[in-house]
Amino acid sequence: MHRCSFGVRLTAVFATLAFVTALLGPPGTRAASKIQIMTATTDLASLAQEVGGDKVEVESIARGYQDPHFVDAKPSFLLKLKRADLLIVVGLELEIGWLPPLINQSTNPKIQVGAPGYFDASRFAKILEIPTGQVTRAEGDVHPLGNPHYWLDPENGLRIAKGIADKLGQMRPDDAAYFAQRYADFEQHLKQADQRWLAEMKPYEGRKIVTYHRSWPNFAEHFHLNVVGYVEPRPGIPPSPQHTVELIRQMKQENVKVIVVEPYFDLKTPNAIARETGAQVLVLPPSVGGEKEITDYFKLFDYDISKLKQAFDAAH
Amino acid sequence: MKKFVMVSAILLLCSASRAQDSTATQVSGGNSSGVSAQETRMRTLEEQVRSLAEEVAVLRGELKAVRDAKSAQPASDPRILLTAAHVEPGMLPANPTPIAASALPDPAPGAPQVAQTQTFGGATSNAKLLNPDISLIGDFIGNAGHNAVSPSPSMQLHETEVGMQAIIDPYSRADAFISFGETGVNVEEGYITFTSLPAGLLLKVGKMRAEFGKVNTIHNHALPWIDRPLVTNNLVGGEDGINDAGMSLSHFIPAPKGWFMEGTAQVYRGDSDDVFRAYRRQDLSVVGHVRAYRDLSESTNLDLGVSYTRGNSAGLITAPNPSAFFTNIYAGDATLRWKPLRRAIYKNLLFRTELFWSARDQLSPLNIFQTQHAFGLYASADYRLNRRWTVGGRFDRSGQAANANLTDTGFSGILTYWPSEFSQIRGQYRFGHLALTNPGDFSLANEFLFQFLFVMGAHGAHPF
Repeated sequence: MHRCSFGVRLTAVFATLAFVTALLGPPGTRAASKIQIMTATTDLASLAQEVGGDKVEVESIARGYQDPHFVDAKPSFLLKLKRADLLIVVGLELEIGWLPPLINQSTNPKIQVGAPGYFDASRFAKILEIPTGQVTRAEGDVHPLGNPHYWLDPENGLRIAKGIADKLGQMRPDDAAYFAQRYADFEQHLKQADQRWLAEMKPYEGRKIVTYHRSWPNFAEHFHLNVVGYVEPRPGIPPSPQHTVELIRQMKQENVKVIVVEPYFDLKTPNAIARETGAQVLVLPPSVGGEKEITDYFKLFDYDISKLKQAFDAAH
Repeated sequence: MKKFVMVSAILLLCSASRAQDSTATQVSGGNSSGVSAQETRMRTLEEQVRSLAEEVAVLRGELKAVRDAKSAQPASDPRILLTAAHVEPGMLPANPTPIAASALPDPAPGAPQVAQTQTFGGATSNAKLLNPDISLIGDFIGNAGHNAVSPSPSMQLHETEVGMQAIIDPYSRADAFISFGETGVNVEEGYITFTSLPAGLLLKVGKMRAEFGKVNTIHNHALPWIDRPLVTNNLVGGEDGINDAGMSLSHFIPAPKGWFMEGTAQVYRGDSDDVFRAYRRQDLSVVGHVRAYRDLSESTNLDLGVSYTRGNSAGLITAPNPSAFFTNIYAGDATLRWKPLRRAIYKNLLFRTELFWSARDQLSPLNIFQTQHAFGLYASADYRLNRRWTVGGRFDRSGQAANANLTDTGFSGILTYWPSEFSQIRGQYRFGHLALTNPGDFSLANEFLFQFLFVMGAHGAHPF
């Protein structure tokens, strides 16, 4: 009796295991010609597409109008991650709230942290606002490794693209020349575009702005804007009345006329501040895909710069 | 150290090459004559000094970054452990790529060089320690009102959960959660996950919450309520639930287009609270779970699951042959989520229901073998009103596992406030119509529960 019940149970266990194993099927026979790339954000997807050309297939997990700190780790992403040859992440703990479980559950050894297919773009970029000394959450949701919104500097875009091109070249040595050429073209185009953007922004050098979140330090540094305050009292902490009052006072004193808000933040407080100070609320996407027409990395700067110019001009 | 040596080497090389350059200029200067030649020489020298100064500034910045990182490593302050989140093996040795990147031509010659912030990813590789991510979650619960059936203390530090999570090696990671409660210490979970197995298999070995439905897998602090549903307490082991030492194997199942499906098979020792008990070593328990998920739209998704578990019924020590008594539990769960991506942090809605059927072999009061068939369910909804507030409600109904004729019913209303992501304040009104042992007798419970939760350190993300 004892033996029998145990046997039955063990059989059930193995039957279940066998069932699962039977479902494995043969390994996927996908079109091996293209490198499958998954990226955490749309900006990285755009850069990967620039250097990868038609030899890669790229998809981003987060959308451009979504707060990249808070993305749901939906299981539907697991299927895509399972097929990926390369996973490109922003790093600096931007995705800490959602990407690690996705990577773990993807059952894809190629993209595990530290594996050759895991590409941390922050390691190629110039990082700002690295906290020194003691780091505590009294400062809000601080990123101890530095500000992760570094892609908003075209120079960083170039550095990351170079890193991706080298990585792709290592993965497909036969196509290394192709990726190198794509990078060279991208570099040339981006440098030209950057000259144009810098020229367009030149008249507004040193302009003071207020932003909702600390998403813009690299952008501000590159285009010589001066971010003097934030709608959030601390990163990740929603606006508080005292801080808003203080910000209004500061904006009046320093004559700040533009409040930049990322598309995923509520406009109530920014609008209230704008009414008090006569400033303009400007919804500015920090990522590719933040608006329909922003289809690539170039258009992101085109869009943001033209919007900023309009806002600065209107302020006069 | 390696990096420091490298920087010094670069400095040396640099000064050597500059020295050579300057001798060359001196020689050429000696060849020409007159004041203008001297002026040119002076200018060249000035330029060289300027460019050297710039280089020194850049190098000083790099040196500072390296030193900062070095000095951060042996830090004894526990708060600095925050920076240890997600140590990535293979990333610690100095990587030549960032230097290659820094050698890139500056695309904007006009941009100012700020040496102090000139960090090309150095922080990622240096500031990380090999310590695991360490977190502590405090869960304080208060209770007021009347409950004659299962009273709880007026105030308690219900649980203090210490989590340690780390990548072990290129093939695995491990998670351990140790909870300190009012009654003692308990390893709530402690398991290794093999993430790089062939054939898409995911293997977990250790003590873990079984993949049985939804609420059984969720830690106390991540629940949308203060308590657990009545059905969990009546049929599925209460707070600890089905939580045992064992092994778990998961695999994606081929599914129709647009669906994600995953199957999980688990084998446990067979000791889970008041549900299962291993009277002999071979009295193992098993759990099977199939999950089906579909994105209905960008903001709406449907998550379905069926689960099964089987083991020897607990609480039968007096029975002559306890290994012949089994408990089978079948469960189904359904979750509908709505979260608009542009306003994800302000608005979302979640409906969830779970149904449980328990068939428990036991001895009747007259010592006769019998099987009790009990059914229970809960249905809940949570709506996020804004960044800081969430309201929710839950309906409970469940038979009792050992006496299916007794049915408990209840409902709760929940209000949650988040000062930040790392603390939470919650209130819950709970009404219960709780069955007493005599058929037809019941007791009414009216309670107000409140909870304060706080999170220290780096707590890993929870699965979706």
